[in-house]
Amino acid sequence: MPGKAFAVVVVIITLVIAYCVITHVWWMPVDISAHGPKIDHQIEETVFGAGILFIAGQLVLASFAFLYGDSKGARKMKAFPGGAKSLIVFACVVVGVEILVLSFIGSKAWASVYFTPPDPDSLRVDVQAGQFAFYFRYPGPDGKFGPLHPDLINEATQNYFGLDTDHDADSKDDIVTAGLAIPVNKPVLLTLHSKDMGHSFDVRELRIQQDFVPGIVIPVHFTALQTGKFEIVCTQLCGLGHYNMKAYLEIMTQADYDNWLKQQAAMQ
Amino acid sequence: MKAGFKVVALASAILVVGFVLLYSGRSVSAASTVQITGSVKLDGAAPHQKPIDMAKEPSCAAVHKDKPITTEGVVAGANGGLANVVVYITQGLTGNEPVSTQSVEINQKGCQYVPHVVAVDAGQHMKILNSDQTSHNIHPQATKNPEWNKSQLAGAPPLDVTWNNEEIAIPVKCNVHPWMHAYIVVVKGPYGVSDDSGSFKLDNVPAGSYTLTAWHETYGTQTQTVTVAAGKPATVSFTFKAK
Repeated sequence: MPGKAFAVVVVIITLVIAYCVITHVWWMPVDISAHGPKIDHQIEETVFGAGILFIAGQLVLASFAFLYGDSKGARKMKAFPGGAKSLIVFACVVVGVEILVLSFIGSKAWASVYFTPPDPDSLRVDVQAGQFAFYFRYPGPDGKFGPLHPDLINEATQNYFGLDTDHDADSKDDIVTAGLAIPVNKPVLLTLHSKDMGHSFDVRELRIQQDFVPGIVIPVHFTALQTGKFEIVCTQLCGLGHYNMKAYLEIMTQADYDNWLKQQAAMQ
Repeated sequence: MKAGFKVVALASAILVVGFVLLYSGRSVSAASTVQITGSVKLDGAAPHQKPIDMAKEPSCAAVHKDKPITTEGVVAGANGGLANVVVYITQGLTGNEPVSTQSVEINQKGCQYVPHVVAVDAGQHMKILNSDQTSHNIHPQATKNPEWNKSQLAGAPPLDVTWNNEEIAIPVKCNVHPWMHAYIVVVKGPYGVSDDSGSFKLDNVPAGSYTLTAWHETYGTQTQTVTVAAGKPATVSFTFKAK
């Protein structure tokens, strides 16, 4: 009896999970990026493949429990051909092939984001991550970023990037902001810097999640197709204040963006 | 019953006499100490202070929507006064002065430390409040006192802290709101902090000759000697040159 009851419970759990996944009860937020459909398609494919294996595995488990779970007395065990060693080799090969196949199929979507060069007319924004906030830098009218001097970083004077505006001509018109604003339908190239440790730049709606690594400048590019306000969160556990490490992404019309940038320039 | 009345009457009389003695004792000691008052001026124009964008914390950004706050490295008042200067005694005290029992406080309000500079007597109690709807963490980067870092949730009760060693000054920051900055200045003996008009006062200074030190976070320190006689309040003034 317990074996049959267990089988029924396994089947019910499997059906409920399958229903939730297939009908997208808890699904990703709406995609607002140009490259997002490729990522979403890849996730759908992966979930589909994994889902078939999941359901098959659960059904095999349930049927074995149903057929043999309640039998009394000792049963003769059949050994896997070749014993434990070959069982482990077999399992590793199966799982390894599965992961390789997933990576191979998924590499197309990944490469479309990371192996394509950014549009040469991209809007460039520097991002500085640090415990526990993001700051952004726009190059200003000259279109050039001034050099960074990490030793000059001083939060008390709002110098989050370590700019030397007294000596570096290119830094004088750089605009440092606490939020990221971009025009809609415009290619954007972010260059990610970290001043202390590993962080992550994640905007779920943009289908972008990229780690910051201190000492390495990491480029990431995208085009947003919808206006709106979205949350940028750190998804790499970075210490005591990680839960509150966030900023806001505002996607605006070109005119609104120009106004916003003017306001920010006046606040420097 | 009668005996009960007697006991109550006697106890009341003792209390009354006790309080009178205590009170007279205080007034006697107050007469032998004086107040030093003065002002701190800024010679020149204060350097530009950058506005602070609190976009990260919408509840705080809303508080300052109409008037963004700025950094507070130099806060100059209307009549050339310089605020946030701590004036304290560096020479001339016996070291036996009683620790002030007044409670000083520092409030986290609108994602800002209010006041920006707070002075406290070594051993004096200090309250840290959070009036915001968001959590803060208080991180005094002390070097002569133990360094600590504590979180304070929205609505949490005040923290009660003391500092045992003199330290000029302890920078305080909030790690989740990197623009928040304050200084805790731990001194020994009487102290005063200049307000927006540059005025300060040191209470309960015994008669004697002293070296006064004025400390400012951006402009450093200045010293001056002053002699105070019993019953005669003294006045001093400091001037910092703007850089």
